[in-house]
Amino acid sequence: MSLSVKHLLGIKDLKKEDIELILHTAANFKDVLQRPIKKVPTLRDTTIVNLFYENSTRTRISFELAEKRLSADTINFAASSSSVSKGETLIDTVNNVLSMKVDMVVMRHAATGAPHFLSRHIPASIINAGDGINEHPTQALLDAYSIKEKLGGLEGRKIALIGDIMHSRVALSNIYLLTKMGAEVEVCGPPTLIPKHIEHLGVRVSYDLKKTLQWCDVANVLRIQLERQHKPLFSSLREYNLYYGVSKALVDSLDKEIVIMHPGPINRGVELNSDVADSGHSIILDQVENGVAVRMAVLYLLAGKKDELVV
Amino acid sequence: MKSLYNQQHLKITLDRLTAELVENHRDFSNAVIIGMQPRGIYLADRIVQLLKEQLPGRNIQYGKLDITFYRDDFNTKPGELHIPTETSIDFSLDGKNVILIDDVLYTGRSIRSGLDALLDFGRPKSVELLVLIDRWFSREVPIQPDYVGKTVESATAQKVKVLWQENDGKDEVVLL
Repeated sequence: MSLSVKHLLGIKDLKKEDIELILHTAANFKDVLQRPIKKVPTLRDTTIVNLFYENSTRTRISFELAEKRLSADTINFAASSSSVSKGETLIDTVNNVLSMKVDMVVMRHAATGAPHFLSRHIPASIINAGDGINEHPTQALLDAYSIKEKLGGLEGRKIALIGDIMHSRVALSNIYLLTKMGAEVEVCGPPTLIPKHIEHLGVRVSYDLKKTLQWCDVANVLRIQLERQHKPLFSSLREYNLYYGVSKALVDSLDKEIVIMHPGPINRGVELNSDVADSGHSIILDQVENGVAVRMAVLYLLAGKKDELVV
Repeated sequence: MKSLYNQQHLKITLDRLTAELVENHRDFSNAVIIGMQPRGIYLADRIVQLLKEQLPGRNIQYGKLDITFYRDDFNTKPGELHIPTETSIDFSLDGKNVILIDDVLYTGRSIRSGLDALLDFGRPKSVELLVLIDRWFSREVPIQPDYVGKTVESATAQKVKVLWQENDGKDEVVLL
């Protein structure tokens, strides 16, 4: 058994079996991470470069830790402190790195499709760690893993994605993944932050936060991405919090079990209030923990594809 | 196809292997059983069951070990990736006499990986190896079993298949 893809560019390209395989493998890596010695020698002959053209805390640390737990050699590259600032092109940068015998590339880029473009030009496996407003596949995989761990499965579960759907790559990857796995998905937010025709992806649309929370088993609250909003899409953060912020009073008024998730970083007091983020409903820190196991699974499964790569 | 074991014959051998273990480890107060995933588990399950019958009231510590992440052939055969199974060893191996159990000993490479993996769970006092079938003249690393059901001289092209009631519907060992 192996993955049907040679790169992880997005959930869009994955089959249901691929997702199941990744989640299954991740469970075994999570077991490794619970041991006194949290490391296995599997990828000791593999070198991985983490190419970050955009800022990141969780994803970068999580990937680096996953690589180290697998005994791979790692190189970290942040665009801001590299020759990119001297005007080097993406392909030139990556080819220079690859000529030093690097096997895999983990990449984050502000431009949508950057990893897809690169995958057509270089002979290494590429893992998309977030491209613009397109996809963030490992985030969706770790979200799915966390939901499965908490609720026992994905099929038939009701998952709400709340907030800035328009600019969120987490939202798109989650929609692809959850619908493939048979979950019901509803997106909720102000009309200005929900793309037109999104229902063609097989999701329900709601503008009423309370109704959405009433309906769902899991609420994945997304970050308001002010850095990608080039024009005002709502009047103020305070007003946003009033209508679309998830607060303790709101969650308590539902009088039911609900799981709260957030991909981080949280804008506390905007999309999510502290009294909910730090409450028993929240599995936000479990998401972060599971991220390492899920990324180990992705790296392991793709490293096995090394010999199939030709450009 | 040649049958190496039928159900009755297998039962006699499992009884003997269990007796040998009890002879060496007495009441199992410091010995633990580790079955190798995936196929060694069926044999380990049987041995543990027999040990419990032999030593009533004794708690036999039994863990399962998956060696997928420790294999030395990762990436050597394109397109053939091993998918892991569960490892469950919820006790420390420090100072313990470990009995590693697998169904067939062939090149010895799985056991070598198993020894690597064991070290991540502590430093055992000793490690012994119990196998049902030892295939002679095919070792690629210097590893030998301590307890053997049956030794067979098999050509490289041949395959030993161990079938278990609980998984394959019958107890039998055949040489294909």
